[in-house]
Amino acid sequence: MSAAPADALFEPRIDARRRRSRLFAGACVAVAAFTMTVLAVLLIDIAHDGWPYLTRSFLTRYPSVLDPKSGGMLSGIAGSIWIVGLTALLAVPIGVGAALWLEEYAPQNRLTRFIRLNIANLAGVPSIVYGILGLAIFVRWLHLGRSVAAGALTMTLLVLPVVIIASREALAAVPNSIRQAAYALGATRWQTVRSHVLPAALPGIMTGVILSLSRAIGETAPLIMLGALTYVAFVPGGALSDYPSGAGGLLEWTQTALTDQFTAMPIQVFNWTSQPQKDFHDLAAAGIMALLGALLTMNAVAIGIRAWSQRTRT
Amino acid sequence: MSAVAKPAADVPALRPSVRGASRVAPAAAAQAPVFRAERLTIRYGDFAAVREVTLDVPPRQVTAIIGPSGCGKSTLLRAMNRMNDFIPKVRVEGALRFHNQNIYASDCDPVDLRRRVGMVFQKPNPFPKTIFNNVAWGARINGYRGNLVELVERSLQRAALWDEVKDKLHQSALALSGGQQQRLCIARAVALEPEVLLMDEPCSALDPIATARIEDLIEQLKSLFTVVLVTHNMQQAARASDRTAFMYMGELVEVDETRTLFTNPSNPRTEDYITGRFG
Repeated sequence: MSAAPADALFEPRIDARRRRSRLFAGACVAVAAFTMTVLAVLLIDIAHDGWPYLTRSFLTRYPSVLDPKSGGMLSGIAGSIWIVGLTALLAVPIGVGAALWLEEYAPQNRLTRFIRLNIANLAGVPSIVYGILGLAIFVRWLHLGRSVAAGALTMTLLVLPVVIIASREALAAVPNSIRQAAYALGATRWQTVRSHVLPAALPGIMTGVILSLSRAIGETAPLIMLGALTYVAFVPGGALSDYPSGAGGLLEWTQTALTDQFTAMPIQVFNWTSQPQKDFHDLAAAGIMALLGALLTMNAVAIGIRAWSQRTRT
Repeated sequence: MSAVAKPAADVPALRPSVRGASRVAPAAAAQAPVFRAERLTIRYGDFAAVREVTLDVPPRQVTAIIGPSGCGKSTLLRAMNRMNDFIPKVRVEGALRFHNQNIYASDCDPVDLRRRVGMVFQKPNPFPKTIFNNVAWGARINGYRGNLVELVERSLQRAALWDEVKDKLHQSALALSGGQQQRLCIARAVALEPEVLLMDEPCSALDPIATARIEDLIEQLKSLFTVVLVTHNMQQAARASDRTAFMYMGELVEVDETRTLFTNPSNPRTEDYITGRFG
């Protein structure tokens, strides 16, 4: 008749649970430490080989096929800046626009579900496939040649899915109550999006942009597929000072640059590593450091923009 | 001065949809309803959330809509400024008239309607902006040409929040307490000088003290605005409203003077609900 006191049915085993909790925390620390160690070893190794070569003249000289000591990576740096800059200019408005349409405007039907699914699929397509696509469409069909424009357009295709997916997720995370508050004040859809939804989603969008541009600066395969050169002794467009000053000269310079052939930092590194001499390998290490430096600078700028936009949101 | 002297062409004309609605009702028409629902049915897909409701909302009074959860009271309220438009597969039959203009007719612009019919939501939802910009934004986007600083002060005073925030207008609204945030949302709605304030359970996320302040505020606001208040709290309806409508399963069971409805309801289902036998 008499039931056991309710308390007797519990067996808390606090110590065992605590131990398991500590064990898991320890495992997490171990995994994080392992990752950091691998990265540190890599960086130290590269720095050891490359540091002596990483001089000011390395950044401002053209590569040399014959003498590694006098080789630089100016053409690669210039090419990467052009490619990544143009990619950002194209991919951010198109990607954010597409995400805005999908999240804020498009009806939920079979077509838009199909589009969403396929954008996710596109994010998983190997980059070499984008290279083939770029070769077929931009280089051959549109007759852009092996130009900066073709490279940037191909990179744009490559990173667009990432930009769209990250932006969509950032937009979806904006609480609906904010949209409702704006609509209830007689705002149009665009006013609501412009003043409340986009600012709230901006940090997430910027994260997606950082990720995708980091990918664009490091990608080699699609550019090689397009036929980007491995040895280039000029920068796209040449020196701006060779053109007449003013808007006309700037336009002409830009046009020349867009149609010029190019190389990029990762291609330069790839080229150096495939040379037999040890000196070229050390030069490649210096190139990797320059590439990492460019990547980190770019990310720092993007993070700076993100922080600034959050501060000025009010 | 120059603003007054400018030709009428400069003044953004009201959309044809609401031009007929006079801003201040003349004395003779004082009792003409602001809203009139005529056999209004609202469906979500196949489910009829509101069925054949016919209801008048008189001006400058507080009309409470009570009823158990899922009775359609919020759906009815959100029909009045067409906030239901954002729900997919919503269908409306019958008519919902705002000053004789059917707001579900194709020539009614919901953007213009919402400026004239403000809304306060269940959970305080200030924008993640400063207190000042929370109040000023609605006026700005609607092309307000007066003095924004004065408008913000007047609106915050009407919402009984001015004294608490006058020294921190340029701090984030998210730092305010829940009750203050809800009064800020009221100030934000009031800043557009709407004719009607729709309140969707505005106190359900607040503690009793904050609730009492909002109820006092509603009492003051009804001299300026027509208020429609949805609440699941019968005491609140009894305290704060002039007229009460009782809804059950999507139907309007009874609507009457609040005192009459709570002391001498004519429908047995109303009596069961207000005496706590169900709901």
